[in-house]
Amino acid sequence: MPSLGTGLNVLIGLAAAPLLPGIIARVKAMVAGRRGPPPLQGYYDLIRLLHKDHLRSRTATWVFGGAPAVGLAAVVCGLLLMPVGRQPAFFSFEGDWMVLLGCLALARWCAILAALDTGSGFAAMGASRDACFSALAEPALFILLAGLARQTGELSLSGMVAGLAPSAGLTDAPGLALLAAALGLALLAENARIPVDDPNTHLELTMIHEALVLEQAGPDLALMLYGAALKLWLFGLLLMNLLVAFADSFAVWCGMILMAAGIGVVESAMARLRLLKVPPLLVGAAALAALGFALIWRTTP
Amino acid sequence: MKDFLSIAPARQIPIEAVPMFPVEEFRERVIAATRNGMRLIALPGRRTEAGSVRVLAVLASDKAGALFLGETEMDGEYAALTRDRPFAQAFERELAEEWGLRPLGHPWLKPLRFPCGRPGVTDFLVVQGEGIHEISVGPVHAGIIEPGHFRFQCAGENVVHLEIALGYQHRGVEQSICKAPAQRRVCYFETLAGDTTIGHTTAYAQAMEALSDAPAPPRAEALRAIALELERLANHTGDLGALANDVGFLPTASYCGRLRGDFLNMTALICGSRFGRGLVRPGGVCFDLEPSRSDELRRRLDEVEKDARSAVELLWSTPTVMARFEGVGVVSTDVARTLGLVGPAARAAGLDQDARRDFPSGWYRFHHIPTATWSTGDVFGRAFVRWLEIQRSLAFLRETLSALPAGESNRPPKALLPQRLTVTMTESWRGETVHVAMTDEHGALALYKVVDPSFRNWMGLAVAMRGQQISDFPLCNKSFNLSYCGHDL
Repeated sequence: MPSLGTGLNVLIGLAAAPLLPGIIARVKAMVAGRRGPPPLQGYYDLIRLLHKDHLRSRTATWVFGGAPAVGLAAVVCGLLLMPVGRQPAFFSFEGDWMVLLGCLALARWCAILAALDTGSGFAAMGASRDACFSALAEPALFILLAGLARQTGELSLSGMVAGLAPSAGLTDAPGLALLAAALGLALLAENARIPVDDPNTHLELTMIHEALVLEQAGPDLALMLYGAALKLWLFGLLLMNLLVAFADSFAVWCGMILMAAGIGVVESAMARLRLLKVPPLLVGAAALAALGFALIWRTTP
Repeated sequence: MKDFLSIAPARQIPIEAVPMFPVEEFRERVIAATRNGMRLIALPGRRTEAGSVRVLAVLASDKAGALFLGETEMDGEYAALTRDRPFAQAFERELAEEWGLRPLGHPWLKPLRFPCGRPGVTDFLVVQGEGIHEISVGPVHAGIIEPGHFRFQCAGENVVHLEIALGYQHRGVEQSICKAPAQRRVCYFETLAGDTTIGHTTAYAQAMEALSDAPAPPRAEALRAIALELERLANHTGDLGALANDVGFLPTASYCGRLRGDFLNMTALICGSRFGRGLVRPGGVCFDLEPSRSDELRRRLDEVEKDARSAVELLWSTPTVMARFEGVGVVSTDVARTLGLVGPAARAAGLDQDARRDFPSGWYRFHHIPTATWSTGDVFGRAFVRWLEIQRSLAFLRETLSALPAGESNRPPKALLPQRLTVTMTESWRGETVHVAMTDEHGALALYKVVDPSFRNWMGLAVAMRGQQISDFPLCNKSFNLSYCGHDL
C-alpha cells in the first residue's frame, strides 16, 4: 500500500533516471580513452530542450503532440508498480505485472503513432523496426514474469520480489539464472542499446529508436528522452529485483549504477548486430525465458 | 589501316599523332580492345572549329603498362558504347551532358551532374509491386558529409534498386582550370577533392612537366611519393575507424580517429599543411626534407605503426565486427570489371590493378610497392585491402626516407609546348586518378580532363547494395568512401 518509503522510491526514480544514460556515456568514453560528457549531461540536455519552442510538422495532428506526454505517463505508471528490493511498490495488486507490460506497450504504441503521424519515411521505418523488435521482446518479458509468479506463487510484482529470496533454493538457481539472462537481453533490446540499436548513430538508415523520435524537437523530444531514461530505470529495477531481491533500496541504487557501467562496457566491447540478426537474438531471449520457466515449473511444488 | 596510338603515361605527344577513326570503327575498336583486358580510363570531348565534337578515347593496358589513344569526330547521334561496355556509362552521360551528343541505346541516359533542368531522363527508376516502397536520402544529411541524393526502392528492409544522383557539388573546375593563370591553377587541384590533394596535384604537376618537357628532379619525385603514401595512410586509417564507428565498435573507431590525425600531422611536418596544400608544384616540391625532419618522420612512423596494428587487428579478431563486415555489399570480380571499378574497391574484388605498379611514374619507377588484393569483394575485403595497403605504404615510406636521392627539390617550370597532349595517372588512396591535358597552338591549356576515382566507383556502390539490407547502406557506403566533389568537379 502507498507509504512514505515507497513514494520516496518513486521520486528517487523520477529524479535519478537521467543519470543512467550519463553514466553509460561516461564509461564508453573512458574505455575509448576520452574524458566524455559529464554524468549530469542528461539533465542539461533536458533543460536545454525544455527551453526550446514547440516545433511540429504542419502535416502532424494532435496525435503527434499528445503522444510524448501519454507515453511518459505510461512509463511513470509502470514505475509506480515496481518494487525496489525488499521495499514493495507504491501500488500493488494481483496481476499488476500484466499492467506493467501493458504500460510499456502503451508507451511504445504512442511513440509509433507519433512517428507515423508525421508521414516521414525515416520515422516510419524506425516505427516498423521498433514494432517488430518489441513484439519479439515482449514474449520474453511475459514468460520470465510468469516464471517468477510460478516460483513464488504470487501474482503481484511486490509479492513476487518479496517471495523470491525465501522461496528460492539451490535447485531453482538455474531456472532463475536463465530468467535473468533473458531479462538482460530484453533490457538491451527494449532500451535501444548495442548490440540491438546504436544510440549514438547519426545514420538515418540504421536507426531504430533514434529514427522513431527523429521528428520530435524541443519539449516533445525532452519528454521522449526522459521517458526513455525512465524506461531504462524501470528495467534496471526489474533486473536488480531479480538479482538482489533480498537487498534494501540503497543496495539497489548501487546495483543500478553498476548495471549502467556494465552496459557501457558491453557497448564498448562489441559491435552492433546486423538488423537481420536482431530477431534471432530476441527469439533466443524468449527461448531462454521459456527454458527457465520450464525448469522452475518442474522444481516448484 | 591505322591502329590506336600507344604511349607511356606522363609523356607528351603531338596532338596530330593521335589517329582519327570514323565513328563506327572507333566504337568497334574500343569494344574489341576492351574485350582483351584493356580498360577505358577517359573519354573527353572537345568542340572543333567546324562545330562538331571530337572525342578522345584513352584505353589502358595494365599488362603492357601502356595507354592507347584514338579519336573520332561526331555530331548528334551515335550508337552508345554503354550498350556493350557498361563501364562507359558515366563517360557517355558526361559527353551527352557537356556536348549535346546523343548516345543511342544508352540504358539510362540521365544527366550526370545536373539532376534537374537538363535534357534526357530526369526521373528515377521506379520499382512497382506489392510492398515496394521508396526511401529518399539527402542531399541534406544528418551528419556532416557532402551532399548527394540516394533513392532506394525497397521491399521491406531489402534494397531492390538504388539510384544515386549527384552534381550538387559541381563548381565548374575543369572549365576554370583552362582559364586560370598558371600560378593559380594548382589551387584548383589542391581542393578538387580535398582529401586527395597530393594525388591530384601530383597528376597535374606531372602533366605540366610532360607538356613542357621538363621533368621534376628525382628528390622532388621521392618527396611527392612520400606525401602520396602519407595521404593514403591518413585516409585508409580514417576509413577503418569510420567503418568501426558505423557498426558501433568504439575502440577501433576512437584510436583510428587519433591515428589519422597523427598521419595528417606528418604531412604537416613536411609542408606545414595537414592536407599537403602548398607542397606539390609543377617543377618539383616547395618544401625540402632535411635529415633532422626525416628522422623525426621515421620515429613517428614507428610509433604510429605499433598503435595502428593493435587498433586495426582488433577489428579482425572481434566476431561481432566480422559478422557485420563479411558477406555485406559484395561486388564480384566480374561486376567490378564490367563497371570499370578502380582502387581498393576493385582490388578487394580480385582485380589486380594498381597504377603505381602498372603505370609507374615519378618515384614509383624506381621503387616498387606490392599490390594488395583480396577475393571476396565485400565490406571486409575493402577494409582488409586498406589494412594491407597501410602496411605496405609504411614499409615503402621507411625505405624511401632512409635513401632519399640527393639534389635539388625543384626546378623553375618552363613554358608549355604547343599542340601537345599528355595523360598522367597516379594511384591516389581512393584509386586511379587520370588527368588528360592538351595545349593549343600558343602553348596555352586547351583541354584539361580530370577523372577522379569516385567517378568510376559510384556505380559500384549502387550495384553493391542490390539485395542488401537498407540498414547496411551506411556501412557499405563507408567501405567505398567516395568523393562527391571529386565526381561533381
